[in-house]
Amino acid sequence: MGLTHTTGLKRTAPAETERRRPRPGSERPNWLGGAAGWLWLAIVIVPVYWIFITSFKAQSSYYATNPLVPPAEPTLANYRLVIESDFPLYFLNSLIVTVGAVVPAVAVAFMAAYAIVRGGAHRFLRGVNSLFLMGLAIPLQATIIPIYLIIIRLHLYDSLAALILPSIAFAIPLSVLILANFIRDVPKELFESMRLDGAGEMTTLWRLAFPLTLPAVVTVTIYNALTIWNGFLLPLILTQSPDKRTLPLALWTFQGQYSVNVPAVLASVVLTTLPILILYVVGRRQLLSGLTAGFGK
Amino acid sequence: MPALAVFVAFGVIPLAGVLFLSFTSWDGLGDIQLSGLTSWQAVLGDPGLLHALWVTLLVMAASWAVQTPASILIGVFLAGRQRYRALLAVLYFIPLLLSSAAIAIAYKALLDPNFGLGAGLHIGLLTQDWLGEPVLAFSVVIFAVSWQFIPFHSLIYQGGVRQIPRSMYEAAELDGAGRVRRFFSITLPQLKYTIITSSTLMVVGSLTFFDLIFVLTAGGPGDATRVLALDMYKRGFQANLMGPASAIAVILVLVGLALALLLRRLGGGDAGASQMEGA
Repeated sequence: MGLTHTTGLKRTAPAETERRRPRPGSERPNWLGGAAGWLWLAIVIVPVYWIFITSFKAQSSYYATNPLVPPAEPTLANYRLVIESDFPLYFLNSLIVTVGAVVPAVAVAFMAAYAIVRGGAHRFLRGVNSLFLMGLAIPLQATIIPIYLIIIRLHLYDSLAALILPSIAFAIPLSVLILANFIRDVPKELFESMRLDGAGEMTTLWRLAFPLTLPAVVTVTIYNALTIWNGFLLPLILTQSPDKRTLPLALWTFQGQYSVNVPAVLASVVLTTLPILILYVVGRRQLLSGLTAGFGK
Repeated sequence: MPALAVFVAFGVIPLAGVLFLSFTSWDGLGDIQLSGLTSWQAVLGDPGLLHALWVTLLVMAASWAVQTPASILIGVFLAGRQRYRALLAVLYFIPLLLSSAAIAIAYKALLDPNFGLGAGLHIGLLTQDWLGEPVLAFSVVIFAVSWQFIPFHSLIYQGGVRQIPRSMYEAAELDGAGRVRRFFSITLPQLKYTIITSSTLMVVGSLTFFDLIFVLTAGGPGDATRVLALDMYKRGFQANLMGPASAIAVILVLVGLALALLLRRLGGGDAGASQMEGA
């Protein structure tokens, strides 16, 4: 974290700078790394491929056919079954919780990161910063019982708000860390010229720092969305009624309900993953470069 | 500072709360009563806790030992130049996009001794009661966890490798160092801080493997995969013993903090300085 502004904004796009840099000539291919890479690819792909093709198999053919051969007669029956269940409701719940938690989490984390970077010498802010850093080491599980107690006392038990509030809290430490790393890279001169133009802190924050660190904002947004969308523990503990279920929890109950219909269960797995896959494909470049810059240094 | 307020309310206060609750007896519904050290006595005198702690440490060690070398190799591979990089990056990342619950459900079906992959392909070796035998179930948990998180850690290593100055490799090449030699004398030492970062995340993260184990094995067979987090859930939310469950949560935090500090110490406590390099 001893970055100076001289590194400028290069960090936001490591992939690009790397590509332009000429490589020393005749590099032999990296056999060991390559073998590991391809072997790993196979390990990753086989289960994913299997989930995908099986979700299109009729229940009867699931038991009869070779599991790795795509179905001769692909059917959408499993998807229809899933969509006609309460799945859309769970989907909506997940969406509300994810959007409802990610937007405020990123907004407040951004302001916090800005304050920490710009007023870093202040003792209070340094304390806050170390508190957030400590938060990185707190496992969610360890605090789930008091969270449960707080949520009950707030009369929020079994509501979507019960899922949103703790989700925001647990998204903050890592978001602040990554965002602060990026805001630190904004040249100081820009802030100073902004101040000379008579802009207040809030204007500087939203007009200058925010657009310049947009890649980092996208990174933490996707990362948090991913985590919250896939969250299992909070819904398991803080909700009770079926109409408050989010997707991971619904998957789990669905599995018990349809344990004999494996293709239908896998179809629900595919449907659950689809939104996050789309989000990932759209923001992949940002996410990867943001994460490598956030952790890899 | 709204960030601070939310974080304190749902991050910091609960941490203090859990310590407080560990000195109470609470059934999750009724009044909370201070009960001194009884919860701690119940937990610490219970061989089940030692077992859960042991399983947790085993999971931690095994998943670290599997994930770290694999992630480094794959990270080095990804940092180099190869065709299909964009495609690879999408495919590699898929396991991270799936929720732990989804992964557990898929693996459960995939490994089913009667209808899973092994039975379907008629491969005897794969047709085992994977989740019914303690050692096998434990291995499946490690495999599934690695499957989920190696992509993430290889990404961290990819970033780390990219920051190693090319000139070091060029110099080594002029000195006639082969690829393996360069890997061990340049790449690995230069990745020291990356390894510490990644290991910290891995180790602290392994304390939180709850969803996957809960859905995949529910701690079974027997108590073979009953890790601390699961033990806490079962005591707290299934047996309504919030006091002992809180005590376990405190143990979880202590173990996590101790390991994080230990790893920091190993890194010389100066991980910040390394970040200047290679920018």
